[in-house]
Amino acid sequence: MFDLIVIGGGPAGLAAACSAWDKGLRKILIVERDQELGGILNQCIHSGFGLQYFKEELSGPEYAARFVELVSHTGVEVRLDTMVLDITPEREVHMVGKTTGYRVEQARAIVLAMGCRERTRGAIAIPGTRPAGVFTAGATQRYVNVEGYLPGKRVVILGSGDIGLIMARRMTLEGAKVLACVEVMPYSSGLNRNIVQCLQDFDIPLYLSHTVTDIRGKDRVEQVVVSQVGPDRQPIPGTEMVFDCDTLLLSVGLLPENELTQQAGIAIDPRTRGAIVYENMETSMPGVFACGNVCHVHDLVDYVTAESQRAGAAAAEYVLSGEETPGRVIEVKNGPGVTYTVPQHIRPQRLDKGCGIFFRVNRICGDSEIVVTSGETQIAKFKREHLAPGEMEQIHLPRVLLDKAGDALTVSIREV
Amino acid sequence: MKELICITCPKGCHLKVDEEHGYTVTGNSCPRGEEYGRAELIHPTRVVTSTVRCTGGSRPHCPVKTSRPIPKDQMFEVMAALDGVTLTAPVAIGQVVIPNVCGTGADIVATKAI
Repeated sequence: MFDLIVIGGGPAGLAAACSAWDKGLRKILIVERDQELGGILNQCIHSGFGLQYFKEELSGPEYAARFVELVSHTGVEVRLDTMVLDITPEREVHMVGKTTGYRVEQARAIVLAMGCRERTRGAIAIPGTRPAGVFTAGATQRYVNVEGYLPGKRVVILGSGDIGLIMARRMTLEGAKVLACVEVMPYSSGLNRNIVQCLQDFDIPLYLSHTVTDIRGKDRVEQVVVSQVGPDRQPIPGTEMVFDCDTLLLSVGLLPENELTQQAGIAIDPRTRGAIVYENMETSMPGVFACGNVCHVHDLVDYVTAESQRAGAAAAEYVLSGEETPGRVIEVKNGPGVTYTVPQHIRPQRLDKGCGIFFRVNRICGDSEIVVTSGETQIAKFKREHLAPGEMEQIHLPRVLLDKAGDALTVSIREV
Repeated sequence: MKELICITCPKGCHLKVDEEHGYTVTGNSCPRGEEYGRAELIHPTRVVTSTVRCTGGSRPHCPVKTSRPIPKDQMFEVMAALDGVTLTAPVAIGQVVIPNVCGTGADIVATKAI
């Protein structure tokens, strides 16, 4: 019997396990399907991690190493090369490992920290032939940074997500020619700093409101056709540009990896594609918590760490104090301009000082107000000079406000 | 007046730098932004990260970085200097791989223990 089983040994799982240990749990197991801890950070060799949490600029492997080091000083058990197959409502975790075989472990609490995976060509239905040379940006990142292969010499990138931008720079530094980065939306979904230091530094053009409308080539990609799109996101005939290239990278979004969550019957939010969570990251299944990219896709690992520490601490509290009576639940809804919120539910009586709410906006906004309403009443307002869909936003609602609020809150954006 | 986006942290502040009046920076929300805004116009620098070959370990490459930002126009020179390097495991985090790479004053250091 484990007090806590953490599924996934990336930044979310590591932070949750450390935090649960600090809160006093002693029988903790991390289950990781890779051969080492650290998750996707191991292939993110660029720097820029940790500025918020460690107040210094680290590379991905360095950030991971800090937490692996912390875990190594605890009694947390780690099972590598082990895949979780099933979670039951009784909190039995079925897993299969290279050296440990098939095991069923019982847990008092579970933290889901499985992360996310990339959307692929199939998910966005690009027409054309099906030659070699079409990769997701993250797979390419692994080839280049971990395996040591350069998968192409002349590259077009579809999507301006951060991984695509990072790979534009990485492949350029390794001698490839990146011809263009193509984004269907009128704005980039990546961080501004990555547009500057990954594209502009190397004179790589960014085509906004453009998409790939054909892939040509028999055995290997030979050409990619790019067309401008209208406000309806449909290609405009006559705007085609043809790029001679051998590689197309896709950086078209990340999907939380929730097969286990769904199999277990935990409620999923169609907006985040992650579990619906309460203020302490608890899911609809008591004693099961979710954090990091499996819950909603983050831009910064620093925020994943902070969220996962809360989840780990809450899991510890659940084990040590037992299940509390549900009490009043406030539903948090997204109003105009907001695509989702995390948490989706708040139990105000469980809050200490207040509750952070994380969300994304659906368009680029200049001077704006984030408005929180309860029914017709505005209960809070926050000013921002700049909002973008690529940048997760955060507001903090003090408990006194939530105690007075009704049973539903709406977060919306008003440009001023 | 030159407009820049600060790349120091993921916040991406929109900076304005006045080249004609002593490179004064506005729009920054921390001192690092001020420093970046000035440096970007006078002598732009970047941290370079890459990998070098590594034998005897669990993986064929070891990730590395410059220990501090180097002049932007020397990025490819530094990349070329990494081509001939082969490390032998064990490698420690922070281990110097090339001291004072290309005369930049920055060292190439390992960012993963292998």
